[in-house]
Amino acid sequence: MALATSSTITLHVNGERRTLPVDHRTTLLDALRDHLELTGSKKGCDHGQCGACTVLIDGRRAVSCLQFAVAAEGREVTTIEGVADGDTLHPVQQAFIDLDGYQCGYCTPGQICSAIAVIEEHAAGWPSAATEDVRPEAGAPPLDADEIRERMSGNLCRCGAYVSIVQAVARAAEAAQGESAQDKSAQGGDLAGAEAGTAVTA
Amino acid sequence: MREFGYERATDVPGAVALRGADGGTSYLGGGTNLVDLMKSGVERPALLVDVRELPLDRVEVTEDGGLRIGATVTNSDLAVHPEVRRRYPMLAEALLAGASGQLRNMATVGGNLLQRTRCGYFADTSAPCNKRVPGSGCPAIAGEHHNHAILGASTHCVATHPSDMAVPLAALDAVVSYETVDGPGELPLADFYLPVGDTPHLETALPPGALITHVTVGPAPVAAVSHYRKVRERASYAFAIGSVAAALAVRGGVVEEVRLALGAVASRPWRARAAERALTGGPATAEAFAAAADAELAAAKPLPDNAYKVTLTRNLIVSELTRLAEESAR
Ligand SMILES: Cc1cc2nc3c(=O)[nH]c(=O)nc-3n(C[C@H](O)[C@H](O)[C@H](O)COP(=O)(O)OP(=O)(O)OC[C@H]3O[C@@H](n4cnc5c(N)ncnc54)[C@H](O)[C@@H]3O)c2cc1C
Ligand code: SF4
Ligand code: FES
Ligand code: FES
Repeated sequence: MALATSSTITLHVNGERRTLPVDHRTTLLDALRDHLELTGSKKGCDHGQCGACTVLIDGRRAVSCLQFAVAAEGREVTTIEGVADGDTLHPVQQAFIDLDGYQCGYCTPGQICSAIAVIEEHAAGWPSAATEDVRPEAGAPPLDADEIRERMSGNLCRCGAYVSIVQAVARAAEAAQGESAQDKSAQGGDLAGAEAGTAVTA
Repeated sequence: MREFGYERATDVPGAVALRGADGGTSYLGGGTNLVDLMKSGVERPALLVDVRELPLDRVEVTEDGGLRIGATVTNSDLAVHPEVRRRYPMLAEALLAGASGQLRNMATVGGNLLQRTRCGYFADTSAPCNKRVPGSGCPAIAGEHHNHAILGASTHCVATHPSDMAVPLAALDAVVSYETVDGPGELPLADFYLPVGDTPHLETALPPGALITHVTVGPAPVAAVSHYRKVRERASYAFAIGSVAAALAVRGGVVEEVRLALGAVASRPWRARAAERALTGGPATAEAFAAAADAELAAAKPLPDNAYKVTLTRNLIVSELTRLAEESAR
């Protein structure tokens, strides 16, 4: 029996179900851009090295160039086209505009998807390589510039807009913190399960 | 890229049956290494068996107080796990120092152990390379080798293993459990990676078709005071050019117990047993730390462009042990 090397798959993208035939070699990035006309996610390196293709898969940031589309079937994919709430931009999008967090804009969709996840990971108490004391008793470190730079290091910017990217992420994180202080139920975010040691799916 | 079939396994026996012992089939974890190598033509599987829906995504405390880590636990989930951060900080730190947030969310424990070297000739199918095409030669020895091995290499291959996670696991005497069609098995990490010799294409002692199911670490109270320190060519999101995982217990100025492993120096995470022997029972002083580092690195055989690693690694060992001696005395 010859092995099937293509399949008809259903992807869940930005809350919609999209059925499409794919050669198994198609990456999620190529499926989004070339099959679903969602060209917001960008191809920089195609090897996991730049972050331009960053999307959220089951609520977590991931590079879509190292994920085959067929392997993403059944998972919830959110691209830059899906982060706004109707006509209201996501607070991270707004902060990038307000603080000029870009120049040419090529890396920006990936930066924004990544930053959305960084803010949630931090709210859930995740340490980073910049965190002095990773022990849980030490508590979450403040999301200062060093923490933001480390956590955002998977997103390169050839224009070197890093200074304003860091400011935009800090601004959006502050706004999110203000909100969660008002709405206690939102505290911990979708990733809080990791604290209890359980597998997390947002 | 070669065309391939795709199957999603939902139980362990099903996964090993699908995989068989045939070299044409590969397990797919997060894909962060395998997909990359398929794009460059280094890996050419005819069938991928996706393992991410196997029930191997838990971290459990064992009866003796160690941890049993499922093979599909992501690098992120392991790094942020409270028991890992509390009892094995060097393991959490090593995971957090690897790759990027995006890649850590995808990468699995099993895939991380089996990731291939970052030697540029290995990834370039137009170049000879003994690891990729046995007997074709090793261009790195006379060519680009500034991030290649200084310990345990051979004239057939001087590549390093790139994993950060595997370095503290070596220091912790981790044990790898696997499943095959003929039943389960176990390998201590010390025997998991094979010596290079004249067979650099044979990297691990896993039987053909084996599925890694778990990695287990013992209780190791010494690891409560431990760190991983990584040196790279930029501040973040780069592979190590040198790293050290160290745990130290000092009582009354004397080294009671020490665990030490080195990264980016060999084809496997390098357990520094000579240094550990030199240190145990002796004084916890900078002089003793330097002497122990020298004892370990006496066997180093650097190439023309990577001799810096001997000095770098020596200084890393001394500075990390000094820091830990201060913390252990607190
Ligand atoms: C840009 C970039 C930067 C990186 N930087 C770092 C770094 O700084 N430090 C670091 O340590 N790593 C780094 N990595 C490597 C990364 O950590 C590995 O690619 C990752 O850990 C591999 O895990 P995976 O699940 O994605 O493996 P996959 O790519 O899915 O698989 C890798 C191999 O393991 C096999 N495999 C997977 N799971 C199993 C199993 N359960 N049983 C048996 N075989 C299995 C596969 O068949 C394949 O041969 C980087 C990678 C990239 C792309
Ligand atoms: S060092 Fe090893 S992997 Fe690199 S070219 Fe030589 S044989 Fe190949
Ligand atoms: S295009 Fe995916 S990381 Fe560069
Ligand atoms: S804004 Fe041009 S690459 Fe980042």
